[in-house]
Amino acid sequence: MKYKDYYAILGVQKSATADEIKAAYRKLARRYHPDVSKEKDAEAKFKDVAEAYQTLKDPEKRAAYDELGTYQAGQDFRPPPEWQQHFGDTHFSFDDVDLSDLFEAFGGGRARAGRRGERVPLRGQDYEVIAHITLDQAYRGAEVDLDLTVPEYDERGFVHRVRRSFKARIAKGATDGQRLRIPGKGGKGLNGGPDGDLYLDIALEPHPLFRLTGHDLYIDLPLAPWEAVLGTTVELPTPGGVVSLKVPAGTHAGQHLRLGKRGLPKPKGGEGDLYAIVQIVVPTVVGGEEHVLYRQLAERSTFNPRAHYAQELSNASRTH
Amino acid sequence: MRVELTEVHWLEGHRDLTLAELAQLSGFSEDELRELEACGAIAPLDPSDAPPKFGARCLVAARTAYRLRNDFELDTQGLAVALALLERIDALEAEIGELRAQLPQRIR
Repeated sequence: MKYKDYYAILGVQKSATADEIKAAYRKLARRYHPDVSKEKDAEAKFKDVAEAYQTLKDPEKRAAYDELGTYQAGQDFRPPPEWQQHFGDTHFSFDDVDLSDLFEAFGGGRARAGRRGERVPLRGQDYEVIAHITLDQAYRGAEVDLDLTVPEYDERGFVHRVRRSFKARIAKGATDGQRLRIPGKGGKGLNGGPDGDLYLDIALEPHPLFRLTGHDLYIDLPLAPWEAVLGTTVELPTPGGVVSLKVPAGTHAGQHLRLGKRGLPKPKGGEGDLYAIVQIVVPTVVGGEEHVLYRQLAERSTFNPRAHYAQELSNASRTH
Repeated sequence: MRVELTEVHWLEGHRDLTLAELAQLSGFSEDELRELEACGAIAPLDPSDAPPKFGARCLVAARTAYRLRNDFELDTQGLAVALALLERIDALEAEIGELRAQLPQRIR
């Protein structure tokens, strides 16, 4: 079992008062709570903070934690043998529990099972995990492997860490930020209570070409100046395969060319759209005949891209 | 180790929930949910429906509210304000995401 320094996690002295512990928890909870924080690893940090607070706010658990002695954070240790009495079993193994499970057993485990032998049906815990998928998986549907180490309660209400593996079949149409529910795949119910649910938060990995909003996709479409002026047909990648896109003559930079129903499929049917955003790109180096042709074009063209400045330019006084 | 193959449900596509189902899935009691409803933190799909039915968005809001209540010891009014602000942040982030998606990559 790995030791966790709950005082260091909350940033308080070992002699801290209950009020100081509460204040430290509130400050860190505001900073790391996964519902309000965008900080990196906020969820993991909040779990540590909440675990530390759950133990240190309870005088009985805090005293028991202090009795454990002091180790380095992350150092392996074993609770004293007499701690087995908290689990009501002198043969209880500490192999599949962690530090937070130990303190839950100080009443929590028994409370779940019901005091004085009552068998109160309790619903299993819900779990929430992030499922990372690629754009291609969102487009075609995917089977995602999920490996979770979760707390589960035995028939006496004591918690153990167990590994559970799922292969979740995600139908096509998932998009970034969407939540999916797998009924009955959370923690086991106790005393005949129903099992909890597993919630998946979909996180779409960034794609080198496509940018996503809802089920619509955006892709940059770089055009040479002459392609924009004269029009052209380009081969455009889409999630469903390459399509030919006709670019009309006189296309402007920034223009959105819409390819209907070429975006991501929607769960209830239909598809989003794909937008190609035109960019006019120019060669950084031109030489030889190409340079001569640009010169000739510059001399002969009557096109003035800044014609709309004319009024302002004639009114304004020249400054240096 | 045993690997279970399982189908997932779209939260949005889930059938509408009764107050009792919403209570079971969110962790709140029915009375607490009625309080949240009175504060405007959650709302039935059609206020004239009896008994009321709630959409999947309410389940997401109620689960968030349950976590916030337990972790910050917020009262119902505090929860309603926090949920309203989180909803506004979600809407603004969605709008920023949409505008960012439209920005050509080279000038980003």
